[in-house]
Amino acid sequence: MSFQAIIDGLIAGTTIGLGAIGLTLTYSILRFANFTHGDFLAWGAYLTLSVSGFLGGLVASLGVTTPLGPFSFGWGLPVSLIIGITLTILLTMALDKLLFGRLRRRGADAIIIVMASFGASMALRSLLEFIYTANPQYLTRELQIAEPLGLGMRATPDQLLTIGLTAVLVVALNLFVTRTPMGRAMRAVSENPALAGVYGIEVQRVIRVTWIIGAGLACVAGVMSGLLVQIRPYMGFDLLLPLFAAAILGGVGSIPGAVIGGLIIGLAEAFAVQIFGAEWRAGVAFIVLVLVLLVRPTGLFGRPS
Amino acid sequence: MTALSVTDFQAGYDPDLPIVKGVSFDVQVGEAVSVVGPNGAGKSTLVKAIAGQVICLGGRVQLGDDDITGAPSHALARRGLGFVPQTENIFTQLTIRENLQIAAELVPASKRADQIDKMFDMFPDLKERPNALAGALSGGQRQMLAAARALLTDPPVLMLDEPSAGLSPKLVGQVFDTLRRIHETGVTLILVEQNVRAALEITTRALVLVDGALAHDGPTEALRDGKTLGQLFLGQSPERAQA
Ligand SMILES: Nc1ncnc2c1ncn2[C@@H]1O[C@H](COP(=O)(O)OP(=O)(O)OP(=O)(O)O)[C@@H](O)[C@H]1O
Ligand SMILES: [Mg+2]
Repeated sequence: MSFQAIIDGLIAGTTIGLGAIGLTLTYSILRFANFTHGDFLAWGAYLTLSVSGFLGGLVASLGVTTPLGPFSFGWGLPVSLIIGITLTILLTMALDKLLFGRLRRRGADAIIIVMASFGASMALRSLLEFIYTANPQYLTRELQIAEPLGLGMRATPDQLLTIGLTAVLVVALNLFVTRTPMGRAMRAVSENPALAGVYGIEVQRVIRVTWIIGAGLACVAGVMSGLLVQIRPYMGFDLLLPLFAAAILGGVGSIPGAVIGGLIIGLAEAFAVQIFGAEWRAGVAFIVLVLVLLVRPTGLFGRPS
Repeated sequence: MTALSVTDFQAGYDPDLPIVKGVSFDVQVGEAVSVVGPNGAGKSTLVKAIAGQVICLGGRVQLGDDDITGAPSHALARRGLGFVPQTENIFTQLTIRENLQIAAELVPASKRADQIDKMFDMFPDLKERPNALAGALSGGQRQMLAAARALLTDPPVLMLDEPSAGLSPKLVGQVFDTLRRIHETGVTLILVEQNVRAALEITTRALVLVDGALAHDGPTEALRDGKTLGQLFLGQSPERAQA
């Protein structure tokens, strides 16, 4: 056994954790398990990829792909990411307007909305395959050397960056939710949307902000995964089980919970791969999910309902 | 001047099954009106529908001169219609202060801190541990927080759904003293109450709702005689109606 599994686990865990935040927020505020969330990650990655390709073609002479410092990408990637986040947000808003919002207004049961999200997920995935083909794509072609970190652990600068970026985003988001009026309103709506209206909160606005945060983080998570691994139409679908496991392990509605849940799933996967072999990776999230549901359904930081 | 005007109002949870079946009444500015009636008569449904929490199925509601029929509840809160629901009327996962801060978003930023302090002065129990979760409050303290939340915005019209439910007689007295004080500041009060005797103490007019329709609308004086009330409550003995 080597300590490298810790680094591998943390890196996989950051993607899962960021994705799980959006899932846990939609679950607690819109009150349904959103199966399209994994596809938001994939769409975020592809949209960013397209913008980055466009930018590279448009202003190639400005060195958009010349690596920034120790990293494998040039300034084109952060710029593309910001545009990609915006486009992912627009995608989720459009989906809410066309599908989820309509069902909500009709007073549809949660299970109907969940099934709708399942259908939308398949459609979004197929659309990606149709537009970009099933071949894997890459945000960068630069090779990176993994630097030694001590205790036999190694990580590339890109990998360390994703861990740092995740930490910053999570702290910022947690401050937003605990300290700002909109964060307060989000917590209120997640407890009781009808009462939130009585208090003067415009629930529709809170829902919009929830999509914005969920889609933004999904895009970041997708791009991080695309940067460290590769971009495939099924990347989001393959992450769905780990995302749900992380959100439920952390306790539905809890942002720190989702991230810690994500890191635990990432670490568990990495150790399972090292101990039992790579074919066990996919089973880990499932086992954790079942164990949590049996032993502590409210998760680590969940509130009893 | 009319504070609230309800005309041929119908409301319910299912479009095919109105619970409030054509109710009309006007409330004048500064008036205190109680809504009484047997369990299941539709009292809560009536006030919830006025507050935008239940689907309006017909008729009209006016707040002052504005038509507010079918308006969403957040818009009504902004227009000065305060509402305290019968149950689940505070956010238990938020702190006491946060509950008040949410309501304070409706007043201009410069007045928020003052309004919150004013509520802490009016309800000293809440001031003791403002950063505790509201879920840790006792039943009586929860009702106080619910009332404080609604009062914080200085709403011209305040509707309360059974603010004394589940409280000890001592606390009932306290809640009603507070409501009387609030009414004396000029707030128009609409009070749904099972505790008829207490409600009649502070209101001057009573609406009796039976099976979703108004069975009586008149001065509370007329209802002080338990018999009338019992008769209006169809089938209930006067003793039960007054209990
Ligand atoms: N959320 C709901 N969905 C469907 N029907 C409801 C709902 N709430 C109440 N009802 C029905 O509406 C009718 C009136 O209920 P409502 O709560 O308005 O009565 P009430 O006069 O307030 O009674 P109480 O004195 O017990 O508070 C009842 O038949 C009840 O079953
Ligand atoms: Mg009631």
